[in-house]
Amino acid sequence: MEALPAGPAPAPRNQLLVGTTMASVAMLMLTGGMLAVWAVKRRAALDAGDSWLPSSVTIPEVPTNVMLIAFPAVCSFAQWAVWAAKRDDKANTVFALGTSAFVALLILNAQAFVWNQIGVGVGDGEYGSMFYAITGMFAALLVAGVVFTAVTAFRYLAGRTREREILTAHAIFWYAMTVAYSAIWFLVYVTK
Amino acid sequence: MTTIDSAAEAPAEPSTIERLLATDVEWLTSSDHKKIGRMFIGAGLLGLLATIVVNLVLGLERLDGESATFNANSFTQLLSSQRVGLVFGAALPLTAGLSIAVTPLQLGARALAFPRLAAAGMYLWLGGFILSIVSLADNGGFGGGNSDMVDLFLAAHGLMALGFTAVGISLVTSVLTTRAPGMTMRRVPFFAFSTLVYGIGLVLVMPVLFGVMIYLFVDHRSGAREAFGGNEGIVTWAGWMFTQPTTFLFAIPAVGVFADLLPTTFRKRTPMRGIVFAGLGLVGVAALAAVTQQLRFDVPWRGSQLYIDDVEDFGNKLGDVAPWAFFHLTPIMGAGLLFLMMLFLAKPTKDDDGETVRPKITPAFLFAFFGFGMVLVGMHGAAIEPIVDLGLIGTVFGEASLVYVAYGTALGVMGGIALWAPKLWGKQLPNGPASMLALAGVGGVVLASFPHYIAGFLDQPGGLTFDNGDLQIWNVLVLVGHALFALTVLGFVGLLASTVFGGGDDAIDDPFDGQTIEWATTSPAPASNFVDVPMITSAEPLLDLKSANDGEKGAS
Repeated sequence: MEALPAGPAPAPRNQLLVGTTMASVAMLMLTGGMLAVWAVKRRAALDAGDSWLPSSVTIPEVPTNVMLIAFPAVCSFAQWAVWAAKRDDKANTVFALGTSAFVALLILNAQAFVWNQIGVGVGDGEYGSMFYAITGMFAALLVAGVVFTAVTAFRYLAGRTREREILTAHAIFWYAMTVAYSAIWFLVYVTK
Repeated sequence: MTTIDSAAEAPAEPSTIERLLATDVEWLTSSDHKKIGRMFIGAGLLGLLATIVVNLVLGLERLDGESATFNANSFTQLLSSQRVGLVFGAALPLTAGLSIAVTPLQLGARALAFPRLAAAGMYLWLGGFILSIVSLADNGGFGGGNSDMVDLFLAAHGLMALGFTAVGISLVTSVLTTRAPGMTMRRVPFFAFSTLVYGIGLVLVMPVLFGVMIYLFVDHRSGAREAFGGNEGIVTWAGWMFTQPTTFLFAIPAVGVFADLLPTTFRKRTPMRGIVFAGLGLVGVAALAAVTQQLRFDVPWRGSQLYIDDVEDFGNKLGDVAPWAFFHLTPIMGAGLLFLMMLFLAKPTKDDDGETVRPKITPAFLFAFFGFGMVLVGMHGAAIEPIVDLGLIGTVFGEASLVYVAYGTALGVMGGIALWAPKLWGKQLPNGPASMLALAGVGGVVLASFPHYIAGFLDQPGGLTFDNGDLQIWNVLVLVGHALFALTVLGFVGLLASTVFGGGDDAIDDPFDGQTIEWATTSPAPASNFVDVPMITSAEPLLDLKSANDGEKGAS
């Protein structure tokens, strides 16, 4: 039997971009699923005539709102890195990535401040365990994001300046994180 | 003159142990998707056998309707083990393994996308599954009494959920980005398409389970145990993962094997391929059911009369029926489309020479056909169970539909292994014994499940004990069914091992007259799958090539 004709070398098809998008979808499903359970439990408490927010809890609104504002900033810096890399502007690319990581660390610090100030422990009933579960999960995602930024920056610094796909993937991850935090901010910190 | 012989000594031959260790390390650290997939399949077959043993123990306990050997805790953990084993021990690793091993071959890809991510997913699953066995053995499963072991159980499921998320990302990315030149999405082979649907389902469902596990773990470990009811709340909040329709999601690759075998078996091109794609996609609707985190979609009818009192009552009834119909009937409709396609392809036709085209029934098709049929019966059972007035909720009926789906999935995967064994091992399973195993397998699944459908209508509760002596015969049949299925799986593993390691005949490159491009490469496939990645010009490139060759021969 004759063999099938060999095709041309397959063109690169944005593997990293698709993979990161799928990972971002998974992250949004994780956050969405947890927020759905949060909403169900809150509704059940209110329907039973109980208060959902324990009386000891005061949501520190300044850091939570600052976090919300900071996320679009991270996205802007991540997108700036993409823009600069397309123009072979190494200095701006690295600076933008460094700034992304820095602001992400500031957000992590703000989250730690919220934990410190909120006035409820992880073992203090229904609200406490759920609050730390969802915010702890989100903090872990933040750490993963910082690691992603560091890997992206080191690859770029190491000379792989032509591989820009990872920069776009990095930006997509932070866009997804912004969506996830916006939902958490609204349901956990605003609706209470 | 004195001379010094400075020639290096010839290197010593490595000992057997050194060679074995080197082979082990090579396999355990491999990024070859065929090796990762086969390790997944091997572990899944072991998990399946272990689960069947649990089912046999449950069957023995149920023989006389009295719980004699085990105390209440042990029995609860046995039931937990059954559910965990069927879903996480058997169905999921088997389907994930087959998908990882075969999909890049079908796509004409040299490698899986993110192979190390897939390997990491496998190890996360394996670690999680071993830890879940440990926790179940020490009273830590659903409603378990050992607090630390319950924590371990929850963490283990978190690990497994993470692992399958990783596998899903790798599979989806592979189908979307590594296809051979010319292979548009409409030309993707059916099994590879089922892998895409399955992978998307894993990405949608597993993170939701992971989130629930985080809640349950934090609530339980912190000692609060108010939000989710501690150990007793695991079934309420995570039970959806172990019941229908979520479990249909794990059967999709098994259904894909069946769809892939239809054109090869009936030796025709598939007309209207979009219908098959739609069928596979509709089965994937089960993923949407899972993300609702609902244990069941109950349909209360108040007295079996389909009673509708007034407009408001009509609205309530519609509200009950709509989600049930969407999540239960849509997958059935998808599987039904595939069944109709089989009937259409099975219709006798004549070839160019006026000869009737006869189907080529292979053991792989028997396994896949029976597996598909069992999954379909399980889907129908799962659709009946939530109708409240039938009184099936809480009986063994639900367990039977899960066994149908999980064992049916296992049969489908065995079909896939029989089909692609030449590409994975370079050997072909002997037709006679493999066909006998397929028949024994379907007999085992029917006996292991259908009697419990009947016992469900006779109100046998889902636990161990029952006080109606008439139910005993159905439980005896179920026990026989599990034993027969155990023999089938053991026989299949033995046959595979003897064929692969026992010096069976080498398979030719295209033993089944295939239509898709994995049959264009050598048997077994080389490490990079293809010497030259072929150009794809249709959905059946090999059939085109064979037709062209036949035409040339006829002309000469």
